[in-house]
Amino acid sequence: MKILTILRQVPDAEAEVSTHDGSVDLDRATFVIDGMDEYGVEEALRIRERGVDVEEVVAVALGPERFEDALRTALAMGADRAVHIEADEALDPIAQARVLAAVARDEEADLILLGGKQADWDSAALGGAVAEVLGWPNSDWTTELTIADGTLKTRHDTDDGSEALEVPLPAVVTTQQGLNEPRYPTLANIMKSKRKEVGRLGVGEFGAPVSKTITVRQEIQARERLGQIVEGAPEEAARELARLLADEAKVLS
Amino acid sequence: MLLIVSRAGQGGAGKSDLELVGAARGLGEAFAQPVAAAVLGAEPSATAEDLARYVPTVFQLRSTELEPFRAEPFASAIHALVERTRVQAVLVAATRSGQSLAPRLAVRLGAALLDEVTWLGAEGGAVTARRFSYLSRVTETVRTDSLPVVISVKPNAFPAADPAASTGSVEDAPVSLRPEDGRVRTSDRRSAKGGRVALEDAKIVVSGGRGVGDADGFVRLVEPLAEALGAGVGATRAVVDAGWRPYAEQVGQTGKTVTPDLYIALGVSGAVQHLAGMNHSKVIVAVNKDREAPIFRVCDYGIVGDVNEVVPPFTDAVKEQRG
Repeated sequence: MKILTILRQVPDAEAEVSTHDGSVDLDRATFVIDGMDEYGVEEALRIRERGVDVEEVVAVALGPERFEDALRTALAMGADRAVHIEADEALDPIAQARVLAAVARDEEADLILLGGKQADWDSAALGGAVAEVLGWPNSDWTTELTIADGTLKTRHDTDDGSEALEVPLPAVVTTQQGLNEPRYPTLANIMKSKRKEVGRLGVGEFGAPVSKTITVRQEIQARERLGQIVEGAPEEAARELARLLADEAKVLS
Repeated sequence: MLLIVSRAGQGGAGKSDLELVGAARGLGEAFAQPVAAAVLGAEPSATAEDLARYVPTVFQLRSTELEPFRAEPFASAIHALVERTRVQAVLVAATRSGQSLAPRLAVRLGAALLDEVTWLGAEGGAVTARRFSYLSRVTETVRTDSLPVVISVKPNAFPAADPAASTGSVEDAPVSLRPEDGRVRTSDRRSAKGGRVALEDAKIVVSGGRGVGDADGFVRLVEPLAEALGAGVGATRAVVDAGWRPYAEQVGQTGKTVTPDLYIALGVSGAVQHLAGMNHSKVIVAVNKDREAPIFRVCDYGIVGDVNEVVPPFTDAVKEQRG
């Protein structure tokens, strides 16, 4: 089987985010591979290591030039090959799903792995949209995965807990923390990855994907916080806190 | 028509259903369009009749294939209903199931998707929405000029609707599914223990971090306070990684995002990973023994102290306040 892992390169969670003229200012940001996508790369490698016949693990990224760093990380972890579709970031998740689905068809993929939520968009829509464009089933928020006889067995999060799923291949799996612990690339694998192929395609080769939504404005809207420290002995402070929440904040009724 | 999607099986209209009605009414006025509800499940009647008190038309879509929730049969059933009626917008709650349904529905309908919105407006033929991005640190305004539109609505962002002046009608709608809609099989459903209230729906959330000490600390400190407040129970990534609590309770970047009226963080340091999941809560309370903990920089009220000494008397005081 052939596995595709979809990757994004996103601002480091620990770095400050700022906006300028109504847009997020990424000029001084540092970028990292989206942690949730990393679970997908790791799982693809583990599927192969568990003895499933995996012909190829292909890392795919759709985005600006810097996304190549995420592909390099995946190659250093052990992916066989990478495909970078260069595009500006203005495409919405549905438009991106159409491009990524076309790549999956061209690659004749059997399984697509990607993060359950993208740390730049704060959206969980990409995986389901890719599955729907392809007409494939999916398992979202996946925390356990095994493959036998062309069927995935997964456990995934639901609204109020979790459930087991049986999903026939080909399929899309979105990952969730708990699925695995991604490996660090070894020096030997980093050296080896430098010789691996990164194919480059223009987004224009997939027709002219159209976003039906546009981002009008981005701003930092931090809520004003009172920052009031209630002093006193534990019991006294606890009592005063309850009073403040009831009488002042009015959130205990 | 603006259509809200409701899952039956909760024994009546839930809080998120009424918030969807609230969100849809605002848009409906701007578009001069009525609001309707679709209730899907094996036994939709109770929820449908409940929702008829709020909207003029309720469609019940009854099938055992629609219980428990799976995105594909839901998308097919709603797709067919939208084809028969004139729908400008479909609204779903941005819970795990709604997040799973919304993108499939948008692709199926060739519609725009406004995802996890916290505010909605309409001007001309366009729908404008606000949502968070970059781990909840940025508020963005997005717009679509394309109808129909699928909108997933963040829980707790819109006020729950009041009943309408007159009761609406409930009609059966046929459920037409594709053969492949049944291909994903579900089994072994487990409900997360802890709070009796679903985390994303909860008006109040009590969360514990590593400072709670151990799994037993949750049982002794976090759960009783949550019980006294009728709150949902949350946890930090460190706590979940340590195996003290299930993943379903994790709040943060790789867990759930919550925006309750009151968020109480016990022994939580306030790492970015966690803040991403709760920084838009209306009122934030922190109890931590480290005065320098970052959580104190985002809290409204804080106590610097040991959770073991502060939480039990706080729980008693809360019970008194709530009578």
